Amino acid sequence: MITLVASTIRSLGRLVINSLTALGRVALFALSTISHILRPPFYPREFLSALLNVGYLSLPVVGLTAIFTGAALALQIYSGGSRFNAPEVVPQIVAIGMVRELGPVLVGLMIAARVTSSIAAELATMKVTEQIDALVTLSTAPLKYLVLPRVFAGILAGPILVGVADSIGVFGGFIVATQTLGFNSATYILNTVNFLTGADIISSLAKGAAFGFIATLMGCYFGLNSGRGAHGVGAATKSSVQAAAILILAANFLLTAVFFTA
Amino acid sequence: MIQFDNIGKSFGSNPVLRSVSLTVERGQSMVIIGGSGTGKSVLIKTVLGLITPDTGKIFVDGQDVTKAKNDDFLSRFGMLFQGGALFDSMPVWQNVAFRLQRGHLKRPKAEAREIAIEKLRRVGLGPDVANLLPAELSGGMQKRVSLARAIATNPQIIFFDEPTTGLDPIMSSVINDLIREIVVEMGVTAMTITHDMTSVETIADKVAMLHDGAIQWCGTLNDMSHSGDPHVDQFINGRADGPIETLR
Repeated sequence: MITLVASTIRSLGRLVINSLTALGRVALFALSTISHILRPPFYPREFLSALLNVGYLSLPVVGLTAIFTGAALALQIYSGGSRFNAPEVVPQIVAIGMVRELGPVLVGLMIAARVTSSIAAELATMKVTEQIDALVTLSTAPLKYLVLPRVFAGILAGPILVGVADSIGVFGGFIVATQTLGFNSATYILNTVNFLTGADIISSLAKGAAFGFIATLMGCYFGLNSGRGAHGVGAATKSSVQAAAILILAANFLLTAVFFTA
Repeated sequence: MIQFDNIGKSFGSNPVLRSVSLTVERGQSMVIIGGSGTGKSVLIKTVLGLITPDTGKIFVDGQDVTKAKNDDFLSRFGMLFQGGALFDSMPVWQNVAFRLQRGHLKRPKAEAREIAIEKLRRVGLGPDVANLLPAELSGGMQKRVSLARAIATNPQIIFFDEPTTGLDPIMSSVINDLIREIVVEMGVTAMTITHDMTSVETIADKVAMLHDGAIQWCGTLNDMSHSGDPHVDQFINGRADGPIETLR
């Protein structure tokens, strides 16, 4: 019995130490990345390519996710609101729900699924095939050439994608509310615009920047630290998406607490 | 001149290099032989700062490499990686001219492309491959492109990591001849890692055998066949029986 307890405590201790070590490494990597963000050399072509991948090419998936979520949200709020005779709150709740929470979180998770995985797989493959070593021998720092353009693109594209997701999500709710639930178009728009505050929009865009940073950073971190062979690439990709998704949800909670409980 | 002074390196609890001391003279072509997993690639990577040794020092022309990892220092080296390590998102010419497009060796784009095409020609590839992606090339052509990239900036020291691995015997012979020609023509110091005894005979001025984390034997190519060392004898004759333990 004592042996079992000791073994459990040992396993738990090891888990905690390993988790803290990993967190420390990620934090150091993040600090190193941030500290280089304004220091030359800069690679504009790599940045534009990353911006295209993170931002522009994510637009279809973000747009589709947002429109269906906004539409479903309108139906749910109408149904729920009807239970206590308040179905007219649909525009306000759709707007606040999309802008404060669903828009940023959905964008974060979509970037984690689409971009984090592709960055991790790309960099891990480069590592396995010695392309990262080749970069170093060619006097090019992988942090500068591979990490910074992607992370900077994530920070910039995140708010733009969130802005698009918020707008499309609200539009999805508007379509459902006006076409199937009998809402007046002008009143719906007026209620939406009047209800949202500047703080709602700022918090939404700030979350987008933070989630873009987390998603791209995790892809780079796990890609550059991948194991050998196909298994290493697969493990790096899986771990990067898991870590990005969890950190995005945790950061969402923290940012919500900072913006709306202060 | 490259001087390894008691280099040691472990990965976890596995000591790969225990105490390697070796000198490669300027203009010399040194070939390192030894079994798989004996740390030959690790040894080369310590010079370039890709792996930091746990113990010992490395000097290149008297300069301690641990204190000189800047752009200027690295531009003295070229490296041919085992798998080519070409950047698969860029066309061939940009791979070759990679270093000529950034840093203190930066040239105008047209000039960099011209140099890349000249280097490609030097390794037997025509300008028609310049715009292809590495994935569109055969293994032998990829090795040639990688070789062109290694010599693009006219380095003083070139490392060749398993240059003929994965190639057929004819292509291996072509690559070996090419390396020998380039080393002689450019007057560079070269360090090559290989298991291929044909490569050794073509490329080497001097041969060193790495075994059990240290230099087991070092001598000229002519001395290798009568070194009197049973490890060298077993290795160069490819015998399963002998002092080098093998898994069966």
